[in-house]
Amino acid sequence: MPPPRADRFSDRHIGPRPGDVGAMLAAVGAPSVEALIDEAVPAGIRLDAPLRTPGPETEAAYLDRLRDLAGRNRPGRAFIGLGYYGCVTPSVILRNVFENPGWYTPYTPYQAEVAQGRLEALLNYQTMVGDLTGMPVANASLLDEATAAAEAMAMMHRVRSRKAPGADRLLVSRGCFPQTIDVVRGRAEPLGIAVEVGDPAAMRFDEGVFGVLLQTPAEDGAVVPVADVVARAHDTGALAAVCTDLLALTLLTPPGEDGADVVVGNSQRFGVPMGYGGPHAAFFATREAFVRQMPGRVIGLSVDRHGDPAFRMALQTREQHIRRDRATSNICTAQALLANLAGFYAVYHGPDGLRAIAARVHALARRLAAGLRTLGLAPAHPHFFDTVTVSLPPGALERLRAGAGAAGMHFRYRGDGAVGVALDETTTLGDVARIVSLVAGALGRAAPPPAAGVPPAGATDDAALDESRFRDQRSDGRAGATAAEDAAPDGSLVRHPGPDGRAAAPAIEAAAPDWSEALVRTSAYLTHPVFHRHRSETQLMRYLKQLERRDLGLDTSMIPLGSCTMKLTAASAIRAVSWPAFAAVHPFAPPETTEGYRAVFRELEAALAEITGLPAVSLQPNSGAQGELAGLMVIRAWHRDHGGGGRDVVLIPASAHGTNPASAAMAGMRVVVVACDDRGNVDLDDLRGRAAEHRDALCGLMITYPSTHGVFEDAVREVCGVVHDAGGQVYMDGANLNAQVGVTSPAAVGADVCHINLHKTFAIPHGGGGPGMGPIACAKHLAPYLPGHPLAAVGGERAIPAISAAPWGSASILLISHGYVRMLGPDGLRRATEAAILGANYVKARLAPHYDVLYARANGRVAHELILDLRALRAHGVTEQDVAKRLMDYGFHAPTVSFPVPGTMMIEPTESEPREELDRFCDALIAIRGEIRAVEEGGADRVDNVLKNAPHTAAEATADAWPHSYTRQQAVYPLPFVRENKFWPAVGRVDDAHGDRNLVCACPPVEAYGD
Amino acid sequence: MYPSDRLYTKDHEWILIAGATARIGITHYAQDQLGDVVYVELPQVGQQFEQGAQFGSIESVKAVSDLYCPLAGRVTEVNTTLAAAPETVNADPHGTWMMAIELADPASASGLLDSAAYAELVK
Repeated sequence: MPPPRADRFSDRHIGPRPGDVGAMLAAVGAPSVEALIDEAVPAGIRLDAPLRTPGPETEAAYLDRLRDLAGRNRPGRAFIGLGYYGCVTPSVILRNVFENPGWYTPYTPYQAEVAQGRLEALLNYQTMVGDLTGMPVANASLLDEATAAAEAMAMMHRVRSRKAPGADRLLVSRGCFPQTIDVVRGRAEPLGIAVEVGDPAAMRFDEGVFGVLLQTPAEDGAVVPVADVVARAHDTGALAAVCTDLLALTLLTPPGEDGADVVVGNSQRFGVPMGYGGPHAAFFATREAFVRQMPGRVIGLSVDRHGDPAFRMALQTREQHIRRDRATSNICTAQALLANLAGFYAVYHGPDGLRAIAARVHALARRLAAGLRTLGLAPAHPHFFDTVTVSLPPGALERLRAGAGAAGMHFRYRGDGAVGVALDETTTLGDVARIVSLVAGALGRAAPPPAAGVPPAGATDDAALDESRFRDQRSDGRAGATAAEDAAPDGSLVRHPGPDGRAAAPAIEAAAPDWSEALVRTSAYLTHPVFHRHRSETQLMRYLKQLERRDLGLDTSMIPLGSCTMKLTAASAIRAVSWPAFAAVHPFAPPETTEGYRAVFRELEAALAEITGLPAVSLQPNSGAQGELAGLMVIRAWHRDHGGGGRDVVLIPASAHGTNPASAAMAGMRVVVVACDDRGNVDLDDLRGRAAEHRDALCGLMITYPSTHGVFEDAVREVCGVVHDAGGQVYMDGANLNAQVGVTSPAAVGADVCHINLHKTFAIPHGGGGPGMGPIACAKHLAPYLPGHPLAAVGGERAIPAISAAPWGSASILLISHGYVRMLGPDGLRRATEAAILGANYVKARLAPHYDVLYARANGRVAHELILDLRALRAHGVTEQDVAKRLMDYGFHAPTVSFPVPGTMMIEPTESEPREELDRFCDALIAIRGEIRAVEEGGADRVDNVLKNAPHTAAEATADAWPHSYTRQQAVYPLPFVRENKFWPAVGRVDDAHGDRNLVCACPPVEAYGD
Repeated sequence: MYPSDRLYTKDHEWILIAGATARIGITHYAQDQLGDVVYVELPQVGQQFEQGAQFGSIESVKAVSDLYCPLAGRVTEVNTTLAAAPETVNADPHGTWMMAIELADPASASGLLDSAAYAELVK
């Protein structure tokens, strides 16, 4: 233990104090931390030298350096579009949600009783998506728009191929974004799906086509009718998915009304910063008939034990932890935090506010088109929403690129001689004037005179002032009505007297868009009261806080979820995510304007390569599941180049997380399960047999290390050796990397490629159910296959197609992991690992006298987590769910329930929890064991007891009637420490069966909430 | 526990044969393992199934299982009341049929268990 310093980050990140470590070691019976690690980790895989990563840096020094890096990003103004747009994150949402640990630290809401706040918020989001798309059901978000499109493809194929086996062709509109098409192609190929890209008007449907993927507004901005193509698809039994834009849908007839079966897109422009690619929430909406085929999480309404409404995650059996290789998707991570931001943006603006924003953006786009027409440039499409595309002569195009670049204005240079300009909520009149002026300059012409309807380029200050007034006006949500009075039929910008009587604020309000009648939206949306009630900042702040207080996050108590690594996200590590220099960068911004980001990527890649021992890194995968898919696709591509094109068998231990087989299925592979022995380790004999049996078809092995059982298996190198000898590659699931850093590594274990859950080991917060990041690291021979991207120079020379919509996935949150690595430094990283292993063994030492601990090394040591076996309690009518719910009465979130073994609980304390908190948690579980004993011995009723009735709500505890055989005190204050930090579950135990039998996944009518 | 008027599969379906037609459901053991049933996916009338082919699936809050056709046949009827009341599978598994089929070969019932053999299987 180094001498104390006030500014050493590792002392802030790691929970136990130096004095605690000695006591914890005494409890576990180890003479030193080094000795404990020697006992927990097999000698043959230990690193023989300290990590060579940078740091440690103090928090202050890190932030200073990051400010320098921020200065090397020059976001300028992005008019690039392609699914990413500038937007205004309302400050009340930025401060109370995006930058608030109450919202960003909770886990996925599996424990519904302590997650009612974000469940309600996610239901708002689903309602918003359903309303705007015109679809009856929406999920609670997916990783990105391209992934959502690929999921739409997979779902349509799944549905259609039941009735029409052999229908394996997908028609894709060339109007889809290029990154969408690339991801869809990559996902289609291993599934045997043929993708045919073309003009929707010319599409021919026959019985071989299972679906069509359309987009409106299209990638070039054109607002295109989809009803006819959808109808033609349906005529042959094919299904239709439409990519679209939520803001456009406030004006545009929604695809749902045109008969679409699936509607997907990105909700980013609803107040979520671009962040150089993410994170943002993609939406996925479908028809009721397909709800059980829908990928991703879906929030539904049920009732609690008292019959009151309660929210929960519905239809979980579709998910990969149940269905494994037959799941609807391999994705676990949603984008809950970002979905909630988008939902709150809609709550804040309401339908009128959103329509006003959209109408203004559209009006500006029409002004831009008008200005370009005065230069003799006709937009490629007469009907657009926010994006105008024009062709320029070759020389002019280069001059525009140079001139605009110098002015910090970034357009989309399409490569076909045309330039696309996408406008957004942040665009001003001055911007439009500058754009027209830049184009004029590139053409060697003078800017058109103001009389042409475009303000003079020099009048920027005025315009900016005017714009800020307009924004204030819009913020009250009544701008639509106000501005409509000033509407001019041609969509021009009408000046009207400002409050002081001078002609000032330009009200930009178009009449109805000049689209054909069928394209103009007439239906209502966001009619639910939640989208009308919180219009003032005071109201919204209180609504956000009201929801936040219903949720248990790391700001309340430890979240001991095994396999989830709920560690600290240091404030210094996350601060920069909302700095404009990082937040306002478009994912396809010119490379020379993103040098700060590039430096962060280089440094993070180097650190991850050093930590994993695998030299090549792709930061693209947007989640652990996407990392798995990317890694498997890389292995598959390598085999193809090395005479192993037919190798399609993946060995997966029975103990694996369900995502592994789900990802393997998605990569077109056959899953062969390898047995585990009585100690929970991979059964070597079974492995050898399977490897021999499939020797010619063996693609590889997916293995988690330390195992999902929380143990460093001794034979792991032998296991990897067997696979290598049979010609296979080894994929290591990095879910448990938190027990490896600085002590061992994926390379030392024998892996060829692994993913790294940055949201577990590297401190990205879980966001209440996403974001996450799952970069992959691989050995040199696999490096040429790392994923590429159609719009950025990333990946190897034999790159597989893009795996995510953005080249570096959710780039902005890479900052968190970057900060984590640099501030901890090599010594701190290793000490964090040691503290995590010490914490788990300490919890084991405290609980072993009271509970059966399943699986450990022969010497009794666990890795960074441990499993309590509760199956024997069932004989007395007590289940693992009862224990999980009872922990809530003590103020704790449950450990992971029934994974990896049904009827058990897996506890992972992480290095960040102080010893006092570990003790409180253990005290709670020990007290609960006493409560169980009372049931066992007949001292407590088998049905009416503190366990079966848990959790207890404040309303229940304070009710006049108390019908139970135990006291109120026993119910809600079972131990003295609970009084100091009481967390009241918002609802009683939620009835899961009721919710799945009576599926409601949009905001219910207000009456349903009762009083 | 397991009525002797019908036959059983190792996959925990029962089949009650009456002449050339038969009704099919799942056993008490199966519903107990599944827990609260929330959804039963059934085929369409007219569909043909081979013996052992998947004809649907059954979903509880914690698990989902495929349903396999005990004998080959053509679907003549499905129990549409299950859509609104899937919980009847839990309440009365042996009284809740899922589909009726016209048997392809009414004389053959090979590969099926009688009630005693099934009871032994799940003991």
